[in-house]
Order: sequence, then structure tokens, then C-alpha cells
Amino acid sequence: MLEVKNVDAGYGSTVILQDVSLHVEPGEVVTIVGANGAGKTTLLRTISGLVTPRTGSITFEGRDITRLAAHETVDRGVTLIPEGRQLFPDMTVRDNLLMGAYSRHARDYQDDTLHQVLELFPRLRERLDQHASSLSGGEQQMVAIARGMMARPKLLMFDEPSLGLAPIIVAQVFEVIAQVAATGTTVLIVEQNVFHTLKAADRGYVLENGRMVLSDDAEALLQNDHVRQAYLGI
Amino acid sequence: MDTFLQIVANGLMLGGLFAIVAVGLTLIFGIVKVINFAHGEFLMVGMYLSFLLSTGLDVHPYLTAAAVAPALFVLGALTQRLLIQPLMSARDEHVQIFATVGLSTALMNLALLIFGADIANTPAHGVRSQVMLGEVRILTGQLWVLAAAVALVIGLQLFMKKTRTGRAIRATAQNRAAARLMGINDKFIYILTFGIGAACVGLGSSLIAPLYPTSPTIGTYFVLIAFVCVVLGGLGSIPGAFFGALVIGLVDALSGFYIGSDLREAVVFTIFLLILILKPSGLFGTRMNLSHVSP
Repeated sequence: MLEVKNVDAGYGSTVILQDVSLHVEPGEVVTIVGANGAGKTTLLRTISGLVTPRTGSITFEGRDITRLAAHETVDRGVTLIPEGRQLFPDMTVRDNLLMGAYSRHARDYQDDTLHQVLELFPRLRERLDQHASSLSGGEQQMVAIARGMMARPKLLMFDEPSLGLAPIIVAQVFEVIAQVAATGTTVLIVEQNVFHTLKAADRGYVLENGRMVLSDDAEALLQNDHVRQAYLGI
Repeated sequence: MDTFLQIVANGLMLGGLFAIVAVGLTLIFGIVKVINFAHGEFLMVGMYLSFLLSTGLDVHPYLTAAAVAPALFVLGALTQRLLIQPLMSARDEHVQIFATVGLSTALMNLALLIFGADIANTPAHGVRSQVMLGEVRILTGQLWVLAAAVALVIGLQLFMKKTRTGRAIRATAQNRAAARLMGINDKFIYILTFGIGAACVGLGSSLIAPLYPTSPTIGTYFVLIAFVCVVLGGLGSIPGAFFGALVIGLVDALSGFYIGSDLREAVVFTIFLLILILKPSGLFGTRMNLSHVSP
């Protein structure tokens, strides 16, 4: 479904990603784990079109999306839920969600999707008319996920969905991700919370200093000596 | 008492005039985050267009708005696309401001070249006649300007809150990167917004043309005052610019009568400095989101 091949990318003269390749098949939950600064966020920004790769290619459903702008990538069915939530602070929760359905293929189903999304996040129904900035961190993360789902993506990418949240909220977030995956949406998660993510994923990649160093089934990675020492502290 | 009421009425009418210039300025600043120093020259261009169309076709100057507002939309959109957008990746955002200063000078000198320094009087078609509202006398044209300013502010607010495109414009202003992730073409939003802001002053210029003689430098006077209104109301706030304009109109009229007509502008700009020192966010100011500065 998604195929990233030998991608180099960075900002200005700084090279962040070197020769990165990965693939995601329909219906999978795939995770990329790695330390802070390994290039995980840059990788998702590159796939979504916020960063243009210098070399290499990205294809989605067999079509080349390497040089598409971010708004065009969304139209193809690839949505990124960015790190730090990035809500529209002075807009209501409802307007935030409606913005999620801005893309051409999603806007016609906007009301239906909103209904479905609110079934999944009943708490947000009470918050619809509140400004996004007035919500708690956990609620804001739920709005960010719900807003991403409003685009009716085929591939939904999460950038550090558990960052800065209390442990009980982190558990809720991963529950929600499991529910999203259960609806048939393909999921790609980037996380520092290695244990939780590998538990939730089918397959995983390990990114270190901008290079892919490992790739295996999530189960196998949880047993991998290097992963256990470097990321799980066991 | 009658005099006082008359001065208050004059001030409100003047405020309407400032408002219709200030609304587009604050819209462009609030969304594109560019201070358009050429806004006054957009007004001047619009007034000349109104003058040419209404004298050439012998129609009421108000009718020319149907052509002038779209023409100014195109001028604004082209300014964003050809002048501002290529500079958006510039390391220093002030470069964009200097570019609009350059555009302002270029348009002013172009007008001098074409029309000379003489003033052009747009036919009034009755809008300079007076009506009595109770005890006060007002020009019908001034009433129309105030009414148009009110309609414009309400219309823009509804557009921004209730339409998909309006929401996309607000979203882009609040978080540009997130807006792109929603599928919003941010470059198009900026072009559209600059166009709408310029079209607003285009509408204003058709209403102002029969009231004021047009000259190449007419924009300078209006835009300086409009800046004060925009800052008073809170940069980027459309209702703020409107109420700021009414306040400045009143200050201008009252100080002109009670302090001295030579000192009106001194009073207005003293207030401007006081706002900058005491409450730089203005009356309706929200926190400034400059997220466009980061990549």
C-alpha cells in the first residue's frame, strides 16, 4: 500500500534521513520506534508531503507521491496526526473536526463521518461548542485523532500520540488506535513509548540516527536483545 | 448641545469611512501576516477606476463597484502570488513588508505618470446632498459608506464562521502546517485572502470616490489613519477594526473642534502611541499566532 524506497530527507543543509526504506500493507498496524532525534517525525512529515525527499521515492497504492504537496497527499487518502496535536486553538471542537473533512473525497461524507467519529469519542460530543484550547491534553489528543479520522483516510499516521499524556490517558489512546485499526484503516505509528507501541502493532521498524537498523514482527522485536537493551531497559 | 451632536455625527461618519479602508487591511494582516503598506494605493487605484468608469460611461459611481471590487481582487491576488509568495521563504519576514512599501511607491508614481498631480473629481450623482437626521445634518454619501462598512463587517464575519472556505482561512491563520495536513492549499488561501482584502477596499473606493477628490497621494492619508484603527481594534480583528475606526473618527472630529483642527492628527497619533505602549494587543486583540515563521 505504502512503499518508501531509499529516501534521503532533511531541512536546509541538515540531512536527517539516510537511505530509509519501509513498506506498509493494507490493514496492517506498523510502528517505527526510535529515540528522540532519530528522524521519526521527519519520516512522517516526508511521507505526508510537508518535507520533500532529496532522493528516493514514495508510492501509495502504486502511484508516485514523492513530490506531492501536503494537501495533495491528503486527497490521496494519507493523513498525518501531527506531534503535539496541532489543533486550531481558537476554533470550536466542531470546527476542528469539520476542517478534518476538508479534503475533496471526505467533504461529501462530512456529516456521516462526524456521526461515526463521535460514536467512538462520546466525550467530544459534550465539547463540540468549546474552543479546542480550553480542553485538557488528553481531550485535545482525542480531538486530534478524531480530526484525522474525519478525512476518511486509507492510511492514518500517528506521530507520538502518547507524548506528554498521563499513563491512564496513554492506555486510552492506544485503545482508540486499536479501534481505528479494527475499522480497517491502515495505521502507521511513530513512538518513543516502545513497549506500548510494539504491543499494539503487527510489525515494527527501528530507526536510529536517520537509518533503519531493524525490521521485524512486533512480537519478535519485543524479544530482540538490541531493542530490549536500548529501548525497554531490560 | 446641537453642535456637540453634530460633531459626534460627523465623527461616526468619518469612522465609517476609515472602517471601510481598515477592514481589508486587518483581514490581510490577520491571515497572511503581512502588513500591506500598499493598501492606501489600492484605494487610490480603486478611486481612479471609479472616476474613469463613472465619467466614461456616465453611470453612478456606486455602480462602478461591480467592476472595481473584482478588479481590486485581482490586483490583491496578483500581489500575493507574484510579490509576497516568492518572499515567504525569505529568512527575514520584514522583506515582505518592504516589498509592499515598494509597491506603494510604484503605484503612486504610476498614477502620477498617467493622471498627473491634478485632482480628479468623480461626479457626485447626489451623494453630496445633505439629509437631516433629527438635529444633525449628514451627507447621504457618508450614510451609505457607514451602512456599507457595517454590512461588510457582518458579511465577512459570517463568511469566516459559516462557510467551509472561511473556516479554512481561519484554520490556515491559526496553524498553517496543520491546515496543510487537513488538505488545505495554504498558498491558495493566502492568494484568496489578499484578494478579498483588496476587494474590500475596492468596494470602499467606489463609495469614497464621489466624496473626496482623487489624487495620486489620496491613499496615504486614509491608510495612515486606517493603521491606527487596526492597531486600536487589535491587529487582525475585523470587528475590532470597525469599532477602532468609529473611535478614531470620533476622536478626529471632537479634537478638531475642541482642540483645534490643526491638531487633529497629533491627537490621533498620540493615541496610537499610547495604545502601542499601554495595550499593544488592542481592544479586541487575540494572541498573535506566527506559526507560519517555522517551516
